Amino acid sequence: MTTGTAPARAIPERRRRGFAVWFLDTGWRHLVGLAMLVFAAFPLLYVLSASLNPTGTLVGSNTLFRTIEFSNYVELFQREQQPYAAWFLNTLVIGLVTAASTVFLGALAAYAFSRLRFTGRRVGLLTLLLVQMFPQILGVVAIFLLMSGIGEIFPQIGIGTQAGLILVYLGGALGVNTYLMYGFFNTIPISIDEAAKLDGASHAQIFFGIVLRLVAPILAVVGLLSFIATFSEFVIASIILTDPQTQTLAVGLYQFVSQETSRNWTLFSAGAVLAAIPVMALFLYLQKYIIGGLTAGAVK
Amino acid sequence: MSITTPGAQPPLTAPPAAPAPAGRTTAIRSQAQTVRRLLIKIALLGVVDAIALFAMFVLVLQESWLVLAIAAVVTVTINVIYLRPGWLPAKYLAPGVFFLALFQIFVVVYSGYIAFTNYGDGHNSTKEDAVQSIIANSLKRVPDSPTYRVTVVEQFGTYGFLVTDPEGEVLLGTADQPLDEVPDADEDSTGKAVGVPGWTTLRFGDLLANQSAITELSVPLSDDPNDGALRTPDGSSAYVYLSDLVYDEQAGTFTDSATGTAYRDEGDGAFVNDDGRELTPGWKIDVGFENFARAFTSDDIRGPLLSVTLWTFAFAILSVASTFALGLFLAIVFNAPHMRGKKIYRVIMVLPYAFPGFLSGLVFLGLFNQDFGYFNQVLLGGADIPWLTDPWLAKFSVLFVNLWLGFPYMFLICTGALQSIPEELSEAATVDGARPWAVFRLIKFPLLLVSVAPLLISSFAFNFNNFNIIYMLTGGGPRDVEAGVDAGATDILITLVYKVAFGEGTGRDYGLASAFAILIFLIVATISIISFRQTKALEELN
Repeated sequence: MTTGTAPARAIPERRRRGFAVWFLDTGWRHLVGLAMLVFAAFPLLYVLSASLNPTGTLVGSNTLFRTIEFSNYVELFQREQQPYAAWFLNTLVIGLVTAASTVFLGALAAYAFSRLRFTGRRVGLLTLLLVQMFPQILGVVAIFLLMSGIGEIFPQIGIGTQAGLILVYLGGALGVNTYLMYGFFNTIPISIDEAAKLDGASHAQIFFGIVLRLVAPILAVVGLLSFIATFSEFVIASIILTDPQTQTLAVGLYQFVSQETSRNWTLFSAGAVLAAIPVMALFLYLQKYIIGGLTAGAVK
Repeated sequence: MSITTPGAQPPLTAPPAAPAPAGRTTAIRSQAQTVRRLLIKIALLGVVDAIALFAMFVLVLQESWLVLAIAAVVTVTINVIYLRPGWLPAKYLAPGVFFLALFQIFVVVYSGYIAFTNYGDGHNSTKEDAVQSIIANSLKRVPDSPTYRVTVVEQFGTYGFLVTDPEGEVLLGTADQPLDEVPDADEDSTGKAVGVPGWTTLRFGDLLANQSAITELSVPLSDDPNDGALRTPDGSSAYVYLSDLVYDEQAGTFTDSATGTAYRDEGDGAFVNDDGRELTPGWKIDVGFENFARAFTSDDIRGPLLSVTLWTFAFAILSVASTFALGLFLAIVFNAPHMRGKKIYRVIMVLPYAFPGFLSGLVFLGLFNQDFGYFNQVLLGGADIPWLTDPWLAKFSVLFVNLWLGFPYMFLICTGALQSIPEELSEAATVDGARPWAVFRLIKFPLLLVSVAPLLISSFAFNFNNFNIIYMLTGGGPRDVEAGVDAGATDILITLVYKVAFGEGTGRDYGLASAFAILIFLIVATISIISFRQTKALEELN
């Protein structure tokens, strides 16, 4: 009778029901995901498109990916008033030196807190916890005046110098990440130290030769977090570095775009893309470790 | 009691029976290592000491005795720590603590001091310096001044005048150093001094290149500022300039020689006449609680300060709430075991967080631009919405951008927290007949909150001082035109501090800025004390 048509009708029905079930279960999640993709990625695509647009202006950048040229990237390195190459190099140097020193100072302190028992240890740990709440920029006025004062004695590390800026950043070395390291140091069994001590190793040998190697992952995370924080730091860098040749990307690019937003737009975009690449690459590459570190108590 | 010193003991404790050759070589090697380590230690300490000694030498020259004493104590302490055996914790803590003490703890204390001064533009030096610069600023050329022939010379970036006075005597002076005779100057055929050992004579081209610095240079004739100074309009002849304002050192007053008006030091860090007119610059004095009093009683500062403080709280709370809500929602959405492509979504959604923070603000500055920005021009088809210049829209924009760059962090931590909640709990609840929403609300959410609460607090503390996003996007604007300080609708406390201290529009007022910074310090301290009491962070310390 109707046996011929029944299966034919039933199949699309089942499919439709299947789709509805699938949609209610997972499909709508994809819709949310797509919306979030647009939300998250659009501003980044917009900058990328603007950086490839030769028109130079903000209004010209509204046509996404209409033209693709690299003239902005070339011009970026030819400006005398805005020495982009110098900014880039300065930022890398300041960031790397700060990160390396921060890791070193922090690791020394974390080792002391984790392995040694001394009076004032608890108070010291408590201070570390508290110091995390007060960012250095609260004392920005005093830092400026202090660095001016230091500059009168040591012009090499006073106001206007990158060395001075790095020293100021090191003031935050213990504050932010030592507690993170302390936690990780505690997970390394102390019996390893004791075994080495029995074999006649000195405390310095234990620290540099054994412990530092075992905690290498957290050193990488702290170094990276410190590098990223220094990379984006604006306040202190802007008051200490006055000469355009010595400035960092954050200070330079801000002044570049805040004065004539719409005229310098595509050039700024090219600068932003280049500046973002190393940080984003590092971040995505080491994402797993960073997230672990972040959830253990630090914030970007 | 005991005659045996530690050094004499070894024979008693049976020496290791016939050490093997290998043992001896390791002993020698370890001895060599010890020597090498000692050398490294001495070299490093030597560098530190050399720097410290140089600093102390300069401090002696500058007669800053207090700083000198502190530097000496610190240097001695560092040497003791590293040379004395034992005190192991101090050896490891000293480097970090040194920087922490100087650049984090000291600067906060120093801010506290500055908050009680009138330090700022027009009040940034001592009274003597103020007297000097008041005289220098009011110099006028004496009509019948004799002509002094000058040669402009330079030493380490400081310009000086090499002067041949009308009687033929040769004198040298700079802005800080009054004219003084020099015996060994080189003279040309007309008897004009043209060079002096230790100083570089400027050529014509150099004169042109540094024209403004040279024409503004005034070299005092003698130690008494009332004698006047020499200035040169052309770099080759100089004239006597005298100030209208005569300083009476005994009485400590300035008198205007033309009008006879007297300017007195009334204790406000400036010379003021009877009509209240101030001579600029003034000098730095301690003003007690005046900055705080101004902040809380002066109408044109109190209002803006109150609204800025409220907005700082609102901004921090709303930022945490919005990013957490979106992050949690997404964590739930993507916590589906059978969903495909989760990895791709995840990577792309993390991008805003990986993008350098200061750039995000600047990128949105372009997107939100009222005349040419993408949002107005393309998305809204040529609308004219003042995203960044209307007070309320600017607040919305700042929050929107902060949501964009902050939600991935919350998404990541919420995902982690959700996955660490044991499945059995929700299964058990489902078996007992709980609906998914109830499972989430009554079981998962409370558990999740326990693990992310400390992170929410630190996120709040971070946003409370989230300078970059505000400053890069709106600069704190739109500005409140009625305010006595440069405060705007989106200013948070830390941007206000920065603008009052280093802003270009209104002049620098370090004292008031530090008073605001102390205010932030107190607020953050209160919040952290409360939050530490709430969380168990302190109990975990052992």
